[in-house]
Amino acid sequence: MYEGLLAETVTISGHGDNEIGAYLARPLGSGPYPGVIVIHHAPGWDGATKEITRKFAAHGYVAICPNLYHRFGPDLAPEDAAAAARAGGWISTEQFLGDAAGALTYVRGLPVSNRRVGTIGFCSGGRQSFLAACELAIDAAVDCYGAFVVSPAPPELPYRMEPIIDRAAGISCPVLGLFGAEDRNPSPAEVTQIDAELTRLAKQHEFHTFENAGHGFFAVDRPSYRVEAAVEGWRLVFDFFRRQLV
Amino acid sequence: MCSYIVEKTAITGSAKAAGTWAPITNAVVSVDHPSHATLDHALIVDFVAAGRPVSERVALELSVESARELINCMQGALDAFGVAG
Repeated sequence: MYEGLLAETVTISGHGDNEIGAYLARPLGSGPYPGVIVIHHAPGWDGATKEITRKFAAHGYVAICPNLYHRFGPDLAPEDAAAAARAGGWISTEQFLGDAAGALTYVRGLPVSNRRVGTIGFCSGGRQSFLAACELAIDAAVDCYGAFVVSPAPPELPYRMEPIIDRAAGISCPVLGLFGAEDRNPSPAEVTQIDAELTRLAKQHEFHTFENAGHGFFAVDRPSYRVEAAVEGWRLVFDFFRRQLV
Repeated sequence: MCSYIVEKTAITGSAKAAGTWAPITNAVVSVDHPSHATLDHALIVDFVAAGRPVSERVALELSVESARELINCMQGALDAFGVAG
């Protein structure tokens, strides 16, 4: 069987019709392929996130990762863009949603797209994937240990991070949540709260909490990596997307 | 977690990077996922100069434990200077 994929940077229309960069990876065949929007974490549009984007392409998805820090400087190294984001107050919810909507439109407009698109994000991207499920017309969403979904950031923090659980009534797609039992943010108690609220709202969802894993267990380049949780987590992700998008 | 913890302060001094000294005017301090250090979380300090590109900043990523030791060390040196100076 022939296997091949193309990975490249493209320009998409993001929030406010601003042009932003995005990393696109797709199989070389004619499709149709399901789509995945990969949402990068706070350290930025980095190599680890682009590697995840290519992973989806290798599994038969058109995957796109918009550069949410593009406006801080399109040609900045990821760590410099992350520094600019720290100094500049991160990015707004509205800007994220506009950029994600632009990525959604771009993928659905590709000739190889089957027009079914999901989102996945890790850490801050997990929270944003949950946001996308609440606000965008996507077909599936995966939240990997997104914090500040049900609880606000502590008041002593200089930057306010408001909970978003009150938006959950707007969820219009199945949600997969993957969490670590040793995580403090979101804590298992918070995950239980989110789970209960989605059940109360009759939103289709599957939550899994892994023992012996904390925050960032998917991150292969960090000490938080936990092989058993990550391997089973990826199996659940691909099973979920296959059922919802293929 | 992505903590979003950020503290900022104006500072007076200089920093040296890549063999070149330059004035710095601000420090941005956070505790979050580092970009380079193989740590889950780090004390991240960006020394920047107003008007200069962010790529020219001088950046530190320290383990939380070593950052506390460094703070104690700096405080000790300043306290000693207060007595001696």
